[in-house]
Amino acid sequence: MTERIVIVGAGTAGIVLANNLADELADEIDAGDVAVELVNDTEEHVYKPTWLYVPFGEKTPADATRPLAPLVDDRVTLVIDRVDDVDTESKAVSLVSRAETRPYDHLVLAMGAQVTPEETPGLAEGGHHFYGPAGATALREELSDFTEGHLVVSVVGVPHMCPVAPLEFALIADAWFRDHGLRDDVELTYTYPIGRAHGIEAVAEWAGPLMDERDITVETFFNAERVDPDDEVIHTVEGRDLDYDLLVAIPPHDGSDLVRDAGLGDDGWVDVDPNTLEARGADDVYALGDVADLPTSKAGSAAHYAAGALADRLASVARGERPTAEYDGKTVCFIESGTDEATYIAFDYDESPVPKEPSKLIHWSKLGYNQSYWLTARGVL
Amino acid sequence: MSETDVRADVTVDAVGSSCPGPLMDLIGKMKSVDSGTVVELLSSNEGTEDDLVEWTEQSGYEYLGAVDRDDHQAFYVRKS
Repeated sequence: MTERIVIVGAGTAGIVLANNLADELADEIDAGDVAVELVNDTEEHVYKPTWLYVPFGEKTPADATRPLAPLVDDRVTLVIDRVDDVDTESKAVSLVSRAETRPYDHLVLAMGAQVTPEETPGLAEGGHHFYGPAGATALREELSDFTEGHLVVSVVGVPHMCPVAPLEFALIADAWFRDHGLRDDVELTYTYPIGRAHGIEAVAEWAGPLMDERDITVETFFNAERVDPDDEVIHTVEGRDLDYDLLVAIPPHDGSDLVRDAGLGDDGWVDVDPNTLEARGADDVYALGDVADLPTSKAGSAAHYAAGALADRLASVARGERPTAEYDGKTVCFIESGTDEATYIAFDYDESPVPKEPSKLIHWSKLGYNQSYWLTARGVL
Repeated sequence: MSETDVRADVTVDAVGSSCPGPLMDLIGKMKSVDSGTVVELLSSNEGTEDDLVEWTEQSGYEYLGAVDRDDHQAFYVRKS
């Protein structure tokens, strides 16, 4: 009887897992003992870090997407459809377009995170963001007209995709305005919800002095309660008001109703064992990437390394062996700190990161990785 | 303080979350409750108490204290 592994979501987590499984279980798949099915609701794969560059005219949304099918190993069955129900009792998922259920022996949820600016009153009308092609394009238009005034980069929601992206945006904006001879006419403010510039202490210790040096005002313990788009003011839970001329916000994020409805996590993120990635709410269910409630970053890098570990585990299980591979929280993130320099951090569940001195070399390495990412998606890197 | 000193209206369970998860979960809940509501935050993160005390000083909300439990702490905050 064929053992069926169903993966929901073909972002970085889902596609790397599917391709790694195809590689590790090639013989079993060819023999008909194992089937790997990857379900995604669009025919495209998206490399989301590209969006950071769109507002500054460095990339376009088209640079972030490629057709999904050619990136997926032929041994994987690709299904373009949306899953609208997970039944962990009967071990099946429902597909909307086909109006059918698909059984699974092992289910991996990798649907990512959604931005929900509407959760904060006035934010959708008054603010911009770069967490999607439409938002990043609209922001590009705003920035191209912005020659003076107060630009506020405000982290409204935590956790969010790519935790260092807000810092990157503020630092690139500073350099970009300098490059355009506009910096003296632009006031820059960065806000963060807790008492330092970033959730990771070492990153905050690195970023704080750098923001000061770059004349970027940092407001901490700043939690937007509502935005007044007419008067262009952010009102906070802490009772403070901040005027802006252009608001670039990191919107609140949400996991998935699918997760809530299946009883796998009340807040929409799947409650998992951080090492085995097994869901605590059901047997033979796993979660990968942003939708997993892990004590590390919601970042493609974390998804990439976690997918490698889970591929090893699932391959062992499919062969009837005891799985021994574990995800240790490994994450490696580049941090653009200007228009021509960057640093990076590497950490895991036990080791804190130490940001290196920013350099042009690391910036060019990041640009190189942006190109070679498509090899990561294919399971090569 | 002890368990009997305060009665929470709402509980936010952030046990196992890393920083800044517990504080953010609390702040998110604070946005949606009425003035006077006492919120209980459960956290196993070492830095939560310092962050919470500092945040209540900034926000004007009232920090009522903490209770140690087996594998976590319970923190109590009243919305002003």
